[in-house]
Amino acid sequence: MNLTLHVWRQAGPSTEGAFATYEARDISGDMSFLEMMDVVNEGLIERGEQPVAFDHDCREGICGSCGMMINGVAHGPMKATATCQLFMRHFHDGDAIHVEPWRARAFPVIKDLVVDRSALDRVIAAGGFITAPTGGARDANNILIAKTNADDAMDAAACIGCGACVAACPNGSASLFTGAKITHLGQLPQGQSERDRRVLQMVAQMDEEGFGGCTWHGECQEACPKNISLDVIARMNHDFLVASWTGAGDKRD
Amino acid sequence: MFWRSTIGKKMVMSVTGLIMVGFVLVHMLGNLQIFEGAARINAYSHFLHFTINELLWLLRIILLVSVILHIVAAIQLTRIDRAARPVGYERKEPQAATIASRSMRWGGLALALFIVFHLLHLTTGTIHPVPFVPGDVYANMVGGFQMWWVTLIYVLAMIALGLHIFHGAWSSIRTLGVNRPKARPTRRPIAAAVAVAVWAGFTLVPVAIFFGWVR
Ligand code: FES
Repeated sequence: MNLTLHVWRQAGPSTEGAFATYEARDISGDMSFLEMMDVVNEGLIERGEQPVAFDHDCREGICGSCGMMINGVAHGPMKATATCQLFMRHFHDGDAIHVEPWRARAFPVIKDLVVDRSALDRVIAAGGFITAPTGGARDANNILIAKTNADDAMDAAACIGCGACVAACPNGSASLFTGAKITHLGQLPQGQSERDRRVLQMVAQMDEEGFGGCTWHGECQEACPKNISLDVIARMNHDFLVASWTGAGDKRD
Repeated sequence: MFWRSTIGKKMVMSVTGLIMVGFVLVHMLGNLQIFEGAARINAYSHFLHFTINELLWLLRIILLVSVILHIVAAIQLTRIDRAARPVGYERKEPQAATIASRSMRWGGLALALFIVFHLLHLTTGTIHPVPFVPGDVYANMVGGFQMWWVTLIYVLAMIALGLHIFHGAWSSIRTLGVNRPKARPTRRPIAAAVAVAVWAGFTLVPVAIFFGWVR
């Protein structure tokens, strides 16, 4: 199939960007969106132009590197699908496709479709970890965890940190991301000792990075390639309320 | 720490919003007494203003503080949220946001203006087409809704209020960390019921008066 792409081109972080139009010819439906971009880039390189920069790594939906706004939807039209797992068979011959980078103050554009998502890393560094010593693998069921808690924790742990929630949120909020990590660790026994401190520090960092607040539009949940539920935001708020109320987070360093 | 964070501010908005929802429900039920005649609703007004006068003032103060906190937090959060996306998308297709969720800010502003209008209209009697008689609630209401544009303002404002509550009542509960209302943004029966009840209960009175069902 043949497609027309309107792609955001921006040479560097501080240069002005603009949309450029490219033709993508002879695209197979079995190509992923990124493979289609590869084909376009090969054409650009042959013509001596700069290829379109986009972030990618695993191309199997687990690393969270890839991500772009495709026709106004984060990661494109398929639900629970990262851009690298989006196949061209979901488009039609002759389609025009808009491709834009994630837009958020906390995600400055580095080049073309590549944005700097290290704000999310700093949110994790503020408290998204446990300090329990990790040794050799334990025996299964050494620590008993209720099935519902294990399920909720693992659902939240599926977050790949792609930033689609921020990109899709009308407020540029990272609540789904932060809530996912807080839910993941907060549901497990190993995460309890830092639970109060974690939520206060991660929320403070999230605000400091310039992300917006949650107004429960639910756009993040729709955009998430890992289907993470809005419930994680309610859990984050619950932990935040408890930790603020008891002041427990402030007592430890 | 609490107030400085976006979540803390949002929780303040939730609590104050729920206080206002409670007020609005009682107010709406009070209004419906107009269908039981002048004596009944004027007696209710007398009860509020004289029998429980101190309590009334306490409630008014709580309400005023709630309104102020709600608006201050809303303005601050709106500015934070706007700043979070300095460069917008050329194309953005909403996937889940409802009319209610997207009209919270403009709808909230409209409601704030409406409240001022409403207080000047039926509480102080400053804007009033017929002579305002303090204490004669029945006459003031019947007189107040003879003009088509006054009635229209109320009808439109109540649509805004219904939408605001439909999103606000649901999201407040979730903001406060309650996981219960499930994460399906469009399925929220309790918020829908409250929103429809408030909208219908409030809209009924001016419409009934305007069309002469209550005179
Ligand atoms: S490239 Fe790793 S998730 Fe898409």
